[in-house]
Amino acid sequence: MSEDRSLARRVNCVVNGTAQAAEVSVRRTLADYLRQDLGLTGTHLGCEHGVCGACTVLVDGRAVRSCLMLAVQAEGCAVTTVEGIAPDVVTLHPLQTAFAKHHALQCGFCTPGMLTTLLEFLEEVPAPTAEEIRIVISGNLCRCTGYEPIVAATLEAAAVMRGGA
Amino acid sequence: MSVIGRSVPRLEDPPLLRGEGAFAADISFPRQLHMRVVRAEMAHARLLAVDVSAALALPGVVAVWTGEDVATIPPIPFRATKLKGLEPYCQPILARGRVRYVGEPVAVVFAENAALAEDAADLVVADLEELPALLDAAAPPRDFDATHATEPAILRKSYGDVEAGFAAAHAVLDLDLSIGRHSGVPLETRGAIARYDAASDTLELHGTAKKQHWNRDEIARLLGRSPTSVHLFEGHVGGGFGVRGELYPEDLLVCLAALRLRRPVKWIEDRREHLVATNHSRQQRHRLRAAVDAEGRLIAIDNVFFHDQGAYVRTHGARVADMSAGLLLGPYAVPAYRATGHFRLTNKTPAATYRAPGRYEGTFVRERLMDAIAARLGLDRVEVRRRNFVPVSAMPFTRPLDALGTDVVLDSGDYALLLDKALARFGWEARQADIARRRAAGESVGLGLGFFVEKSGLGPSDGVRMSVDPTGVVELVTGAASVGQGVETALAQIAADALGVDYRCVRVVRGQTNRIEFGSGAHASRVTVMSGSATHLAGLALRDLALGTAATLLQAPKESLTIVDGMVCRADGPALPIGEVARALAAGTKLSRERAVPGLTTEGWFHSDHMTYPYGVHLAQVALDRMTGAVAVEHYLVAYDVGRAVNPKLVEGQIIGGFAQGLGGALFEEFRYDERGQPLSTTLADYLMPTIAEMPPLDVLVTEDAPSPLNPLGVKGAGEGGTNAVGAAIASAIDDALGNKGLVTRLPVTPREVLRLLGEIEA
Repeated sequence: MSEDRSLARRVNCVVNGTAQAAEVSVRRTLADYLRQDLGLTGTHLGCEHGVCGACTVLVDGRAVRSCLMLAVQAEGCAVTTVEGIAPDVVTLHPLQTAFAKHHALQCGFCTPGMLTTLLEFLEEVPAPTAEEIRIVISGNLCRCTGYEPIVAATLEAAAVMRGGA
Repeated sequence: MSVIGRSVPRLEDPPLLRGEGAFAADISFPRQLHMRVVRAEMAHARLLAVDVSAALALPGVVAVWTGEDVATIPPIPFRATKLKGLEPYCQPILARGRVRYVGEPVAVVFAENAALAEDAADLVVADLEELPALLDAAAPPRDFDATHATEPAILRKSYGDVEAGFAAAHAVLDLDLSIGRHSGVPLETRGAIARYDAASDTLELHGTAKKQHWNRDEIARLLGRSPTSVHLFEGHVGGGFGVRGELYPEDLLVCLAALRLRRPVKWIEDRREHLVATNHSRQQRHRLRAAVDAEGRLIAIDNVFFHDQGAYVRTHGARVADMSAGLLLGPYAVPAYRATGHFRLTNKTPAATYRAPGRYEGTFVRERLMDAIAARLGLDRVEVRRRNFVPVSAMPFTRPLDALGTDVVLDSGDYALLLDKALARFGWEARQADIARRRAAGESVGLGLGFFVEKSGLGPSDGVRMSVDPTGVVELVTGAASVGQGVETALAQIAADALGVDYRCVRVVRGQTNRIEFGSGAHASRVTVMSGSATHLAGLALRDLALGTAATLLQAPKESLTIVDGMVCRADGPALPIGEVARALAAGTKLSRERAVPGLTTEGWFHSDHMTYPYGVHLAQVALDRMTGAVAVEHYLVAYDVGRAVNPKLVEGQIIGGFAQGLGGALFEEFRYDERGQPLSTTLADYLMPTIAEMPPLDVLVTEDAPSPLNPLGVKGAGEGGTNAVGAAIASAIDDALGNKGLVTRLPVTPREVLRLLGEIEA
C-alpha cells in the first residue's frame, strides 16, 4: 500500500533551489511528490499518461513529464517547477510577462507545462524561429488559446532574454 | 478614453503564470478523505450484486457505498428544457438494478489517501449480466426499463405550410447528415471537495464552476438542507466548454459523504474517467429535406433528426435537441419549416452541451444544404447564401420559433456586409483562381464556407453588487462564474468605465454563493451581455451616488463634478479620492444617516427577455493528401460580428481557441465504441485533440457593425463563434476538393473517410 513504509525510500533532491529530503513511497510519481508532499501545486496533472504535457517540470535542466517519472528517480537531481521560474514575488520572468502580454493563456491549466517546456528550449535555442517553437510545443495540449498566441509570446520573450528588446 | 474596447492585460494572469492558482486538485483540507468511483465495465447489464467486502477490509478504507446506501437520494434533476416525460430518465448517483453505460458509477470508496482509494476500488466486484447494447439513436427504440422506452420525447417545432412548399418546389434536396460524438475535454479534469462545518452547520463544496447557485439549490434540496446552509466556491477553472459545472453524481456523493463521515472528502477525476463520465456531446443524425425555387431560394425545410443523448438525461434536459430544432435556420429566411427531433437514449456516456451546442451541428447541416442547392441548380455557392439571407432591412427579424424558452428574434445584423468583408479579406476570388490552376495540375484542393448565426446573452436576469472601500478599491460581486475566459477583466473594464476608475482597482468576486444571493453563472455566452450590462448599470448608479456625496464634501454642484481615474474632481481644481467619498458614507457618519443605507455601494440588475444574435462566416482552404487521406487546412478565416468588443484581444482569444475546438470535431475528435458499447477513446492518445501541429494559418476578423439594441453596451457574446461553423466550412472545402458532389456527409472527416471518398470518386 502507498503508506507502507517498507515500500518507501529516502529521496534527496533540490527543488527550486531548496534542498528537500523525504521518505517517499516508491510508487509515488514526481508530480504527486511535488504537489502533495511539497505543496507545489503549480505543476498540473492533465492526463497522467504523458500526452498532455501540463505536468512538465525541469529535471537537471531537461523538460520531463512529472507524471511519468517516479519521485525516487529524482534522487540527487535539481528540479525546477513553475513556482521556481520568476526571480521573486514582484517580478515575472520575461517568458511569463510575454505570455500575459500576448494572451497566451486563458484558463492557465496548461501554462506551467508550456512555460517549463519553452524555458528548456530557449536555453538551448536563444533565437528560435516560429516554426521551431511550434515543434517544441507540439507535445503540449492547450484547449483554450489555439496555441498561436503562445508562439508570439515566445518569440518576444526570446528577444527580451537575448537583451534585444 | 474609455477602457471598453481596449485590449488591456488580464487581471487573472499573475497567479496563473506563477503556479499559484487554485484549481480543484489544489484544494485540500486537514483530515480529508479521498473518494474513488467504481464504474460499470459493461455498456448495458443487469446489476445483480456488488461485493464490497474485500475493499472494506483494506486498512485505511473508511467506507464503501453502493446504490443501496444512497437509495434515499433522488436522481439528478434537470434545469433546462424540461420536456414532459424526461424525469424517469434522470441518473441516480449510484446505479441500482441496471447499468447503462461504461463508466456509470456503481460504488464509491472512501479512504485515507487517493492511492489507497484506488487500490480498494479495484477490489470491488460488480456482478453484471450483460444485455444487448443500443448504440444507434437512429435505430428503433428499445426498452429503457420495464415501463419506459428509449425515446422519451419527440421534439416538434414548425411554422408555415411545409407540404405546400414541397408541392411548389422547383427542386427537392434530400440529405442524410451526421455529426460525430465529441466534447469539451478541458485540460483540467473535474474535481469536487466537500466539507461539513458542524460548528456553523454549513456544507461547503469547492472546485465548482459554471452554475453555482442552481447547483447549490439542488444539492440542498436533494440532501434535505436549506440552501442557506450550503455554499459553493469557485477557484480557478481549467476550462469549461459546457461540460464542467453541471451537477454530476460525484458532486452529490462528496457532499453526502462529508455529511455522513464528518470529514472533508476530495474527489479528483482521472483522465480515463473523464472521457467516459463527463458529458459527451454533438452526436446527431439529420435527415433533411428542402424545397427550393428555380433561383435557389428556400421555400421549405423539413428537419428530422435523431439526437443521441447517451444513457441518461442530464441537467440540460433536451437543450441541445431544442436548439438543433429552433436555431437551425441561421441567417436564412425560410417561409416554412418543420423540425422533428427524436430525443433518444443509447448505452453511451450521457450527453449535453458543448461550445456552440446545437449550432455546430445545425450549421454543418444547413451549410451542407446550401452547398447542395448550389450544386443541384448550378449556382455559385456564395450566391445561394446571399439570395437567402434575412436582409438587414428586416431586422429585428422575428422567426416564429423558440429556442431555450425564448422566441427567436434576430436583434440586428447585416449578413451580406460581413460576407463581403470576409470574402475580400480571405481573397476568395484569387484563391478560386489559384485552386483551379492547382487542380489542373492534379491536386485535390478546395475552398469552403459556412455562414452562421450564434446566440448569446441568455436572460432573464443578472445582478451585481458594487462597492468602493476607503482605499478606493472597487469590489464587484457577481453571480456570474468564470471558466478561464477572462470574465474578471471584462467585467472590471465595464465597471471601471462606468464609474471612472482604473480597471486594475476593481476586484471581481465570482462563483461564491456565500457572497451573493442570486447568480446565473457562466454559460451560453451570457456573461458579458447579462452580467456586463448589470455591471454597467451598477457602475453608473455608483457614480451618481459618489458624485452626489462628493457634491456635499466639495461644496460644488453635482453636475459640475467628474470622476477620473478614481478622483472626484471639481472643475476648478480641487479633487477628492473616491475612497474618501466611501469613508464619508461609512456606517454612522452624518452623510450615511441622511442616506439611510451606509456605504458607497449599490446593486445593479439587468433583465432581458430575448437573446442577442452575433453572426459570422468561416472560410477554409484545404488540400487532400491522396496517399494518406490527410486533410491539410492551408488557410482559414473566421469573421465574426460581436456588436461591440469589450476587450478585442480577449475576443480574438475566444475565437482562436474556439476554432481549435471546432477543428477537432471536424477532423479528429470522436468518442468511438465497439459493437458491445466498449469505449475506444479512453486516453488522450486515442481521443485526438488538435495540437499546434494541426493549427492552420488562421486569420480573425472581428467586426462591430451590428451592436445589439437589447443592452446598454451593444455587446453580443463572443465565446462560441470560433467553434460554430468549423465543421461546416471544413466539410464544404473537402467536398469542393472532391468535386462538389455532396460526398461529405459526416463529421469528423478522418483520413480513412477521405480515402474512402477518394476511392468512391475513382470507382
